[in-house]
Amino acid sequence: MIRTKHIALALAFGVAATALQAQDLRIGLQEDPDVLDPDQSRTFVGRIVYASMCDKLVDITPGLEIIPQLATGWQWSDDGLQLTMTLREGVVFHDGTAFNAEAVAANIDRSQNLPESRRKSELGSITGVEVVDDHTIAFTLGAPDATLLAQFADRAGMMLSPTAFEAAGTDFGLNPVCSGPFSFVERIQQDRIVLDRFADYWNADAINVDSVTFLPMPDTTVRLANLRAGDLDMLERLAATDVASVQADDSLTMEQAVSLGYQGITINVANGAGADNPLGQDERIRQALSLSIDRNVINQVVFEGAFAPGNQPFPPTSPWYNDAYPVPERDVEAARSLLAEAGFADGIDITVQVPNNPVQLQMMQVVQAMASEAGINIELQAKEFATLLADQSAGDYQASQVGWSGRVDPDGNIHQFMTTDGGINDSAYSNPEVDRLLNEARTSTDTDVRLASYNAARDILIEDTPIIYLYHVTWIWALDDAVQGFVPYPDGMIRLEGVTLAE
Amino acid sequence: MLAFIGRRILIAIPTIILISVFVFTLQHLLPGDPILVLAGEERDPEVLEFLREKYRLNDPIPVQYLAWVGNALQGDLGISLRTNQPVLELIGEKLPVTLQLATMALIIAMVIGIPAGVLSAYKKGTWIDWVANIVALSGLSVPNFWLGIMMILLVSVQLGWLPASGYQPFADDPLQSIKTMLMPAFVLGTAIAATLMRHTRSAMLSVLKSDYIRTARAKGLAERVVLVKHALRNALVPIVTVTTLIFGELLAGAVLTEQIFTIPGFGKLVVDAVFNRDYAVVQGIVLCTGIAFIFMNLLADVAQRILNPRMRDK
Repeated sequence: MIRTKHIALALAFGVAATALQAQDLRIGLQEDPDVLDPDQSRTFVGRIVYASMCDKLVDITPGLEIIPQLATGWQWSDDGLQLTMTLREGVVFHDGTAFNAEAVAANIDRSQNLPESRRKSELGSITGVEVVDDHTIAFTLGAPDATLLAQFADRAGMMLSPTAFEAAGTDFGLNPVCSGPFSFVERIQQDRIVLDRFADYWNADAINVDSVTFLPMPDTTVRLANLRAGDLDMLERLAATDVASVQADDSLTMEQAVSLGYQGITINVANGAGADNPLGQDERIRQALSLSIDRNVINQVVFEGAFAPGNQPFPPTSPWYNDAYPVPERDVEAARSLLAEAGFADGIDITVQVPNNPVQLQMMQVVQAMASEAGINIELQAKEFATLLADQSAGDYQASQVGWSGRVDPDGNIHQFMTTDGGINDSAYSNPEVDRLLNEARTSTDTDVRLASYNAARDILIEDTPIIYLYHVTWIWALDDAVQGFVPYPDGMIRLEGVTLAE
Repeated sequence: MLAFIGRRILIAIPTIILISVFVFTLQHLLPGDPILVLAGEERDPEVLEFLREKYRLNDPIPVQYLAWVGNALQGDLGISLRTNQPVLELIGEKLPVTLQLATMALIIAMVIGIPAGVLSAYKKGTWIDWVANIVALSGLSVPNFWLGIMMILLVSVQLGWLPASGYQPFADDPLQSIKTMLMPAFVLGTAIAATLMRHTRSAMLSVLKSDYIRTARAKGLAERVVLVKHALRNALVPIVTVTTLIFGELLAGAVLTEQIFTIPGFGKLVVDAVFNRDYAVVQGIVLCTGIAFIFMNLLADVAQRILNPRMRDK
């Protein structure tokens, strides 16, 4: 703020101070990212840093359409088993290495074969990579994969300098080298990550700031105080409870986008002995629990109306949302009669584990109060996250309040949770028909066919209710009014193309 | 004196071993799986197994411990599971931060606490004593996180005098570094000042009652000389001990203060590491702060012997 005033003063005296001032954009993050290697990393905030540092083969629009980034065009073979991509010419990595088809092939090989790689399943459908010429690459698939382009729009499609990763191996994350608009300068854990503008960036004209500094500040009050004091230019994940005060502040602006993910209650239906109870065995009790909850009340009471109530893995704003099942109204009578039908007319006791952070706990207390009116007595078990995760994966739970950060392709929000062999199917839900439908949706490149499959699967899942979806987080960014041109995306990333830091 | 220091260092070795065994075992007793945390949202069983092997998490705990000790003796404290950074490098990064915060907080505490203690002992029972006591008590009772946020809102947001939070390395820009660290050091320092003030007061009170003070006054020495040269110097022994021990504690990091002012010191790092089950980082930092604490203890003993000749070895 002080600096802003100085510049304003200088301008008033007719001095072109903006040209002299090296512009650093300071962004407050909610957490400290993990290792800065797109093949090894796992955190949401890590992806925010990559958005400024590492270009991908393709990108998305705010409406989730796939658009060119490092690949300028692509074509599917008729059987959907081959994807040929044309690559952008004249692109170099931050270390000067040329970007070409060889580099893409080396990157795909690393993502698939580095033992530490977390990207293996995302690129699992690729069985062969062929360098056609310097700027054309062809991927051969084992089976048609509608999700591949969306994977290329995220970490699996980020291109790292082969020179750098061949030299650094698994230590690449200590000094990452990509081809994005900003290059890595330094990182001090829990303090800052500094990136400098990359002069040879292919789209350098769209970049208007000289450097970016990411500052992890876990406390939401402190993050906002830093923005107000002028020590930050923008922050991500403004607390819903601070929305009103930011809107009332003339020197701040706010942007938001409903996320691609969801929050809900995952129920153990067959994952070991933890499923051995009425809630796990009888879908009527799960339906009753879902009916007892007023999702709008949760949103109003806990999130001041800033989030989006939901009942499906995709938010109501998504083209994949099934309109046949709108967010249900609360119906305590219906819930009670379902319970009576299941033989629990006098009520039932269940246990739900919840991460021990204040917001999730408060949310579940609201659910607890509403469920008790329908005769479902919830005992809440607040657990520290690492413990909750281990118990959930081991099947040592009845129900668990967890969420998913969301993926661009709908497959990422549902397939691994609901198919029998799904990697994150902690409910151990298994239904051959759902497996068939979700696998079908994955292999078709026809949007209508996919939508029909998801809708058919929803018909079954809404009955079986292995996950009770509750709401979708809205990403909220607060910005100093000097920051202009920021476009909110539903993936929660901060793209700096076109962003300016004004006087 | 040298023999005394040598003996103390020898005694410290089993203590350090005990600390490391204790921390290692406790960490592994915690529920939760570091590899599941590390995997994040994508959980490929093959990768999880590979990582378990890589970080030797399938070995029995005693074997893991011995492997860690073996590496530690060669100066390798392992790497952070979360960021792949070597733990030794992390400690090197955080140590100057924590050292600066601890030093500044202690200076603020001494500047406030010791004169206030002397004054309130000297003016015992008067309104000055009462005021000093009330101020000290509030210093102890006001929670750091509350005072911290209030100071940020007042000093940084409203007045714009100091940066709200963060850290500036001292070597890069000493003035800015001190300015950034001033608020957190003040928040930490006021709480310690209260402790120091109470200790100084009681030490001064017992000294002021002694015969030689009466003698000094009877000789007609100026009151200032009596107070500073005769009373305070003798009261210093317990004060120095308390001060060094407090400094040792400060070196372990101040979790809440670091969190609020986003200072990248030991406290924040170790708490994050515990939540992420980042075993090597927790182990390395506890070892490091343990050694620091033992060293400060030793320093306190040495200082006592220098200040009080009666305690020296015959």
